[in-house]
Amino acid sequence: MSQKTVIPFGPQHPVLPEPLHLDLVVEDEKVVEAIPQIGFVHRGLEKLTETRDYNQFIYVVERICGICSFGHSYGYAQTVESLMGVEIPQRAEYLRAIWHELSRVHSHILWLGLAADAFGYESLFMHCWRLRERVLTLFEKTTGGRVIFSAVKVGGVVRDIDKSMFEEIITTLDGIKDEYAQIRKTFLNDSSVRNRLEGVGYISTEDALALSMVGPFVRASNVALDQRLLGNGAYACLNDFQTITDNGGDCYARAKVRSAEVLQSIDMIKEFIDKIPEGDIAVPVKGNAPVGEASNSLEQPRGECYYYARGNDSKFLERFRIRTPTSVNLAGMVKALEGCDLADVSNIILTIDPCISCTER
Amino acid sequence: MSFASKSPWVIHYDGSSCNGCDIEVLATLCPGFDAERFGVINTGNPKHADIFLVTGSVNEQNISVVREIYNQMVEPKVVIACGICACSGGVFADCYNVLGGVDKAIPVDVYAPGCAVRPEALIDAVVEAVGILEEKAKGCAPKERGEE
Repeated sequence: MSQKTVIPFGPQHPVLPEPLHLDLVVEDEKVVEAIPQIGFVHRGLEKLTETRDYNQFIYVVERICGICSFGHSYGYAQTVESLMGVEIPQRAEYLRAIWHELSRVHSHILWLGLAADAFGYESLFMHCWRLRERVLTLFEKTTGGRVIFSAVKVGGVVRDIDKSMFEEIITTLDGIKDEYAQIRKTFLNDSSVRNRLEGVGYISTEDALALSMVGPFVRASNVALDQRLLGNGAYACLNDFQTITDNGGDCYARAKVRSAEVLQSIDMIKEFIDKIPEGDIAVPVKGNAPVGEASNSLEQPRGECYYYARGNDSKFLERFRIRTPTSVNLAGMVKALEGCDLADVSNIILTIDPCISCTER
Repeated sequence: MSFASKSPWVIHYDGSSCNGCDIEVLATLCPGFDAERFGVINTGNPKHADIFLVTGSVNEQNISVVREIYNQMVEPKVVIACGICACSGGVFADCYNVLGGVDKAIPVDVYAPGCAVRPEALIDAVVEAVGILEEKAKGCAPKERGEE
């Protein structure tokens, strides 16, 4: 004799720092259907290409999202460079990759903290964010900013990192690795964590492929999909890059994949620092963006991000478009929410690592 | 102000921010900057909150949400606009779906600029807000009692 009820979730909700609204159709305590409603963060910044030239627009692109900020400027610069046929120095490629992987470390640790907060493990949340501060200090020392770096420009990077700073990065990362190992042990073995995450929000491999999910969300359903495998830029130098996957398909598997990727990224940064060549960090880029199209895809912390740019022989791009990982993953999230308990909704939403401001732009 | 007579509880809402200011708001409360040692606690309930931290600008869809949260908060209350987008619209001021700073929707008491706003600037803004909160409390407490 159960009756269907609609429970509104958000846009102001303690579990998410961002506004996402869901209409949860529940039958007793079971969620039957989840209907997402977005549009609270839409700014319409893709249209700004009409008034900002391709050099200025990089500062707008960085502000698409504060967590994946570096990745967006990286992807945008790569797209415009391939549109204009610019080849950037190798050292710049390596510096970009180092900052990009550092961003992944910070983003995944941030996520582990938010996930711990979602299932009520407050002290684990605080420990994760304490550790993350040390990565932010590295950003501040190398670029001057904690969140928005403005380190990339079309044609290379703005700042170089010297040898002593590289040594400091390695020492800090080693320190983080030790402390992170303890946090990871709690995260993966503590019974209170496992009870909340195991078997929750299951997505099978078939569903994951059918819903074209990306990033750690799909890798936790045993699909080895990672744009870094393409070996663009400095990623070509990696000796042994194995995509981390898990066949669990539930919230616990997603936490496992992300927590392992932190260690993988730390090793990757060390390898980049080991192999970085000497040389210039930028080439001058002049002239108009030619008529034509260019596209590019990049592995952001949240998954594959696709960039598209069209030039019209002026300083301004005619069209710039991004397809962000979260907008693709929303379909998977709705699927994972079907049939779950009402109390698990916040866990499941967080395990896709939603980034609403990327999605809506 | 040498001491705060009250531990202010804050509520945070992301207007149309890029997340940058939001994670800095959270980082301010977490170890490192640790505003919680002054008793600043993040709450999800507007009725529990004294200080409203708004990040990001307002647009057609979220202006009603911002107003709703503000109206639900109990007097005395202080609003802090966190980050340049909340102050004026920032780099997105020219976007078609941005109406402008948060002061287009609700009265703002303290402006904390920056892109993204630095935790030091936020702590400074919260300290200033506590002073304003005390001033407002003096003004509104007897009046409210008189109306009852």
